Amino acid sequence: MTNEELKSYLAGRFSDAEIVLGNQYVEMTVKDDMLHETAVLLKEIEEASFDYLFCLTGVDYTENMAIIYHLESTRYRHVMVLKVRTKDRVNPVIDTLSDVWITAKYHEREVYDLLGVQFNNHTDLRRLFLEDGWGFPLRKDYVDEIRIVER
Amino acid sequence: MSEIREVIINTDRLRTDEYLVNMGPQHPSTHGVLRMLVRLEGEKVLNIQPHVGYIHSGIEKMCEALTYPQIIHLTDRMDYLSAHMNNEAVALCVENALQVEVPDRVKYIRTIMDELSRLASHQLWWCVLGMDMGALTTFFYGLRDREMILDIFEETCGARLTVNYNTPGGLMFDIHPNFQKRVKDFIKYFRTKLPEYDQLLSGNVIFRERTGGIGHLSLSDAIDYGVTGPSGRASGFSCDVRKHQPYSAYPLVKFNEIIDLRCDTLARYEVRIKEMYESLSILEQLIDNIPEGEYAVKMRGVLKLPEGEFYQRVETARGEFGVFIISDGKKNPYRLKFRSPGFSNLFALNSMVKGHKIADLVAIMSTLDLVIPDIDR
Amino acid sequence: MAFNFYDFTNFTHNIHVGLNESFSPFAATTIEWLIVGTSYLLFVALFGLLLVYAERKVCAAFQQRLGPMRVGPWGLLQTIADFIKLLMKELIMPRKADKFLYNIAPFIVIIASFLAISVIPFAPGLQSLDFDIGVFYLTAVSSVGVIGILLAGWSSNNKYSLIGAMRSGAQILSYELSVSLSLLTMVVFAGSMQFSTIVEGQRDAWFIFSGHIPAIIAFIVFVVAGTAETNRGPFDLAEAESELTAGFHTEYSGIKFAFFFLAEYINLFIISGVATTVFLGGWMPLHFGNFESFNHVMDFIPPVVWFFMKVFGVIFIIMWFKWTFPRLRVDQILTLEWKYLLPINLANILLMALVVLTKFHF
Repeated sequence: MTNEELKSYLAGRFSDAEIVLGNQYVEMTVKDDMLHETAVLLKEIEEASFDYLFCLTGVDYTENMAIIYHLESTRYRHVMVLKVRTKDRVNPVIDTLSDVWITAKYHEREVYDLLGVQFNNHTDLRRLFLEDGWGFPLRKDYVDEIRIVER
Repeated sequence: MSEIREVIINTDRLRTDEYLVNMGPQHPSTHGVLRMLVRLEGEKVLNIQPHVGYIHSGIEKMCEALTYPQIIHLTDRMDYLSAHMNNEAVALCVENALQVEVPDRVKYIRTIMDELSRLASHQLWWCVLGMDMGALTTFFYGLRDREMILDIFEETCGARLTVNYNTPGGLMFDIHPNFQKRVKDFIKYFRTKLPEYDQLLSGNVIFRERTGGIGHLSLSDAIDYGVTGPSGRASGFSCDVRKHQPYSAYPLVKFNEIIDLRCDTLARYEVRIKEMYESLSILEQLIDNIPEGEYAVKMRGVLKLPEGEFYQRVETARGEFGVFIISDGKKNPYRLKFRSPGFSNLFALNSMVKGHKIADLVAIMSTLDLVIPDIDR
Repeated sequence: MAFNFYDFTNFTHNIHVGLNESFSPFAATTIEWLIVGTSYLLFVALFGLLLVYAERKVCAAFQQRLGPMRVGPWGLLQTIADFIKLLMKELIMPRKADKFLYNIAPFIVIIASFLAISVIPFAPGLQSLDFDIGVFYLTAVSSVGVIGILLAGWSSNNKYSLIGAMRSGAQILSYELSVSLSLLTMVVFAGSMQFSTIVEGQRDAWFIFSGHIPAIIAFIVFVVAGTAETNRGPFDLAEAESELTAGFHTEYSGIKFAFFFLAEYINLFIISGVATTVFLGGWMPLHFGNFESFNHVMDFIPPVVWFFMKVFGVIFIIMWFKWTFPRLRVDQILTLEWKYLLPINLANILLMALVVLTKFHF
C-alpha cells in the first residue's frame, strides 16, 4: 500500500490513535495502555503484516519520554512508524514488545540502559552497555563532570 | 557487580556436568571486544550470553552536541570496515531533509566508493574466516588483495580506512586523476584472483564439512531478530536496501540480489562470495561512465535541519544501517539514533548455536561478520 | 680408518675394534653408548632448529612473503635466537599444580621421541638399534608420548589445558591404530619386521612402486595418520590458538615449553623417517630393476644424501597440508579415523596379503 492508502487503512482500523503523514512515512501515535494490543494487531492482520521491526528509538522529551518503533512489512514492503509516549519522565514505564518482535528485547534493554525506561513483562531487563551504578546518559538532564565537557 | 549477579542467575539451575566458560573480551576470534558467557556440557554449547559495552563511547549522545558535518566524521568509527557507507547514510539523510539534489557525478562516485568498501570489507571477512578455521594462508591472500583497494582510498580520500569523504551536499573534494585507471586495473586483477579464493577455501572438503548444516537460522527467525545483510539473505530474507529503497546511483545499475535458502553457515559464506562478484560487476558498469560536473553543491556554512523526523537506510557490508534524526530546527540534532546491523545480528547468535560444539561457535560467529564498535556505538 | 661416505659399516666397525683394544669391554661399551647418545642429542637439537626454520620459510612461501630474513643471512640464525629467548624465560609453575607430574611431563614426551628415533636407519651401517622386531618396537614406544601429553594437561590445574589434553590424547590413541596397521601392511609385503631387512628388500625397487596399489593406499593413510599423531596440520585442534583453549602446554614456559615444541618437530621427523624407510626405500637409491646404467648413475649419490632428500620431501608435503587446509573439528577427527581410515586399512591389509600370496607384484 502507498502511504495514503496505509494512512486511511490505519485510521479506519485504529480509531483512537493519532495518524499523521510525516516527511517520509505514516506515523501513528497510540496511548501507552493500547500499545501492546496495537502492536499484536499490526503484526498479525493480513493487510498490515508488519513483521520486521527495524528500529527502536527512545527519546527524552522534557515532559515525558517517547519510544518510536519503525516497522516494515516484508510482504507488502510498506513502512510505518509507531510512537508512544510514557506518562511521566521521572519513572517512565511502558509495556514490552519483546513477545511480538524478538529483536525488541535487546533494543529495549538498550533504551532501559541509556534512558531509564522500565518495560513491563520484559523477561530480562538488565543494563546492556553500562554498569549498574551509572545514571542514564541519554537523558537531557544528565550531568557528568568528568566525562562531559560543557562549552 | 552486575557480573556476579548474573552468574548467580545462571547457576541456580547448573548441574555439575555443565560448566561456564568465558570467551573473554580479548580473544583471537571474537573480532573485537565481545565477551561471551558460554554454558558447555562437554564440547556441546547449551547457551551463550553475549556481553557488549566494552567499547561503548556514547556516540549518540556526542552527536547531540555536534554539527552535521562533524557527525559524518564520527560515523566512520562505528563500522570501520564500511566507513564510507556510514558516512553516506548521514549525508543522504541531511540532503533529503534539506531537499538538496546532488549532481550525478557525486552519485556515481559515492556508489563506486560504496562498492569498493564492500569489497574490502568482504575480503577482510574472508581472510579472517579462514584464519579462525585454521587455514592461516587465507589471511595473507585476502589482505594482499585488499591493499590495492586501500591504496586507491588513500590516494583519493587521504585515509585508508576511515575515509570521511562525504559531506552534506556532495563530496569533500574531487577524485584523483588516477582513480578511474586504478579502479579498472584493480577490477581486472581481482577477477583473476577471486577464483583462487574459491579454490583455496570454498571447494575444500574440510571447510564444507565444518560449515555445512551448522548454525541454522530460519527465515521467520531472521525477520523476527532483524538479521539483515548477507546473513539474512542466506536465510531467504530479501532485505537488500539497494534493491528495495535504492539511493545514489543504484537505480541506474543492474545487479542481482543474492538470496540463498539453505540458512546455514555455508550459505552465509557463499552469499558473500557471490556478492563480491556482483560488486565487481557494478563497478564495471559505473567506472567508465562517471559524468562530468561539480563534486558538491554549495551549502550554507551552518546547516540547520527543519523540524521533524528523518530516516535514511543504506546497505552496508553487514546489513541495513539506518540513521534516524529528530531535529528541532537547531544546528545540532535533538536526537540521533543509529540502527546498526551488528546489534540485531549478534543477538540471533544464541538461537543459532544451541546444540553445536565450541569449534562451530567460532565458525558461526565468523560468518555473521560482526564488528563490535558497530554494536556498541 | 677410512671414511667411506657410501657405507658406514667399516667406519663403525673400526671404532668398535679400536675401543675394544684400548679399554675393557665394559668401558668400551659404555663409551660407545655415550658416543651414540651424544650424537643423537646433537642431531636432534640441530635438526629441531633446522626444521623450525624450514617450517617458517615454507609457510612464508605459501603465504607469498619471505619469512625470517633479518637474523643472520636469510634468517638462518632465527631459530637459535628463539631458543636462546626460550632458555632465558622464567619458569612459572602454577600454584596448585602437581609438581612432580608437571615437571616430568615434558621429559616423557622427549624420551618417547628419542626411543623412536633410535631405530631409523640413516645409511648402511648407520643404525644404532637393529631389532628383528623393529616395526613392533617402534609402534610400542611411540605410544609412550601420549602419557606425557595427558600428564601435562592434568597437572597444570587448568580446565582449558585439561580439555586440550583430553582431545589430544583421544586423537593420538585413535591414530596409533592407523599408523600401526599401515606399517603392518608393509611388513606383510616385506616379510620381516627388521628395518635393515626392509631397506635391503627395496634394492630393486622401492616398496611404493613394487607394492603398487595397496602400498600407495598404505602410504597415504600413513601420512594422514602420521600428521594426526603429531598434532600437526589440519588435526591441530588441541593447540589451536583461535579456539577456546591454548592446548595442553598452556601453563608451560621457557625450557619446558621448548621441550614440547622440539618434540613436535622431532615427531615430524620420525614420521617422515619411518615413511621413507618403509615406503620410499630408506637410504636406497632409486633403482629400476634391470636398467644397469640408470642404477649406476643413481648410485653416485651417497645413501645418506638420498635418505635426507626423501625425508625432506615427505616433511614438505606434511607442511604443505598444514598451511593449506582449515582445521577439523574434534568429532570429525575421530570420525575420520574410526569410520574411514580403519576400515580402509583393514581392507588394505587383506588386499596386500592377497597380492603377496598370488605374487602379483613387481
